[in-house]
Amino acid sequence: MDTVTQLVLLSLAAGTPLVFAALGELVVEKSGVLNLGVEGMMLVGAVVSFIVAARTQSPWLGVAAGATAAAALSVVFAVIALTLRANQVATGLALSLFGVGLSAFAGRDYMSVVIEGMTPVHVPVLSDLPVVGKLVFGHNPLVYVSWVLFAAVQLFLFRTRVGLVLRAVGESPQSAHAIGYHVIAIRYAAVVFGGACAGVGGAFLAIAYTPSWVEGMTAGRGWIALALVVFATWKPWRVLVGAYLFGSVTLAQFQAQAAGVDVPSQLLAMLPYLATIVVLALISRDAMAIRLNAPASLGKPYHPE
Amino acid sequence: MRLFLEARPQPSRIAAWTAPLLATAATLVVGFIVFKALGRNPLAAFNAFFVQPVASRYGIAELLLKSTPLMVIATGLAIGYRANVWNIGAEGQLTMGAIAGGGLALWLGESEWPSAALLPLMFVAGALAGMAWAAIPAWLRTRFNANEILTSLMLVYVATLYLSWLVHGPWRDPEGYNFPQSKLFGDAALLPNLLAETRLNVGFLLALAIVGVAWVFVRRHIVGFEMRVAGLAPAAANYAGIDARRNVWLGMLAGGACAGIAGVGEAAGPIGQLLPSMSPGYGFAAIIVAFVGRLHPLGVALASVLMSLLYLGGESAQMNLALPSAVTGLFQGTLLFLLLAADVLVNYRVRVARRAVAA
Repeated sequence: MDTVTQLVLLSLAAGTPLVFAALGELVVEKSGVLNLGVEGMMLVGAVVSFIVAARTQSPWLGVAAGATAAAALSVVFAVIALTLRANQVATGLALSLFGVGLSAFAGRDYMSVVIEGMTPVHVPVLSDLPVVGKLVFGHNPLVYVSWVLFAAVQLFLFRTRVGLVLRAVGESPQSAHAIGYHVIAIRYAAVVFGGACAGVGGAFLAIAYTPSWVEGMTAGRGWIALALVVFATWKPWRVLVGAYLFGSVTLAQFQAQAAGVDVPSQLLAMLPYLATIVVLALISRDAMAIRLNAPASLGKPYHPE
Repeated sequence: MRLFLEARPQPSRIAAWTAPLLATAATLVVGFIVFKALGRNPLAAFNAFFVQPVASRYGIAELLLKSTPLMVIATGLAIGYRANVWNIGAEGQLTMGAIAGGGLALWLGESEWPSAALLPLMFVAGALAGMAWAAIPAWLRTRFNANEILTSLMLVYVATLYLSWLVHGPWRDPEGYNFPQSKLFGDAALLPNLLAETRLNVGFLLALAIVGVAWVFVRRHIVGFEMRVAGLAPAAANYAGIDARRNVWLGMLAGGACAGIAGVGEAAGPIGQLLPSMSPGYGFAAIIVAFVGRLHPLGVALASVLMSLLYLGGESAQMNLALPSAVTGLFQGTLLFLLLAADVLVNYRVRVARRAVAA
């Protein structure tokens, strides 16, 4: 397999956890809720999926369990931030801190466990075609799931009535309430969906990408996913592009080492974080674009009365 | 019958100060359930977690020692949080502070510098480094409108990797058997002890002084007042001509300076050299301390002792109960969750509706 194909394949794989997490958060933010707990939910998704996969030998059961666990965690956020109307920033931070602690606690006996993991699909004949074979038919199954998710989110938000209602809730909860929609219930649903997506993103890391469980293994991907949503100006297709760009940046480290470039690994490992900062600054500079695209009620608690 | 929330005409001060106590009590209940679920005797576990660590003079000294960085960082963060400036990168600012102060100690440690000159210099260097690291998100926010939550957090990873590179590479102790660590600091670069036969050092007094200064700033200085107004009522602050950019800069720099000082305190205190990790997450735990302490300097001082107890309890539980020390993180997160939940009582009354209210 030539290097370019290899690079594209690896970038797609590296970007996939971000696709899941950022698409989920995008839907959450479209409903007007800012959930900063993505990192915590990803970690919990990762650890739970790994434990279940290790016990049952079934990666798919692991993914389902990871999604469920992260979704359950997001309900805690929803109760405090939506029902009890706490500050969303503080509650999201709490969720991240709690997720870090919970995952480290739950995964303590699984640090050196080895599992089979989820392997890339192999379609007879098709996968063996030159170049196209690997690029189209050679990914991890979850990569295809992420593409389905992308299409589903895009269609849901912009082509369905419920998607329209969700966006209306994010733009003007008072108006949505006035015409009879249950703002809090819709936001709950969005938050839980975002939680499940973050969980699958974490599960991809623990079951398909690495596969292993290491404390704090998401290494800030949850936060990068949050930055990606801003980078994407709340448009799903830009989330997809951005995630793969970031995926390729994370690979620079390994590429440089493979090429024998003599730069310390720690300095190369800074690249994704520095890239996030630079990209965030460049996008945010255009305050008008942010204001036009960001859901108008983002982060503001909603008081029904 | 159903419960609903009724807005209070104004926030309840009583609820504001009882909420942390309520949250602490509820965290204990959660801890009780967790220990029970793990098959441990909850009372014995509580004893090992909350009593044993502080049952001796040495234990009390450790409690104050660990509360020191938490108190310093949270005091700085609270100044920003009051003005809605969300610096969550204190862990990185702490690391940069430790690098600057520690670098100075390594560089001047061999020379004849007296402690009385070297230590203050180290603290100044650490504060400046922390401020410089916090200035990046402040500049990105004021100049490019970039969200300071995300940028300050990204810089935590950058700072950690930078320290890792230093102690694996240029600053590694040549006689350290290849361990990633710097040389031990000379005696002149170590904080003097405060209490014989313990590890408590004068850094604790510095922390108390910082709390005092912050109290004067927040409660008695016009700029502190303006920052509080900006946090409570941004529109009113804008109308009154309070400069939002200045608040961002002040909030970020105060947090950065304090975190940098805390980093020097750790390097020159209990650690005494540079290691790949200079803190077990003090920069993040301090966020919780700031909230539990109600963003008030005195509350922060008390909350830092509580959080310090959670750290000590985690260590003790690891040794005596064979529980993972990660249980500390679990308790910390639970405490913040429950506090935020309890805070609903500050702004709302819980009412019981006898009949279904027409929606």
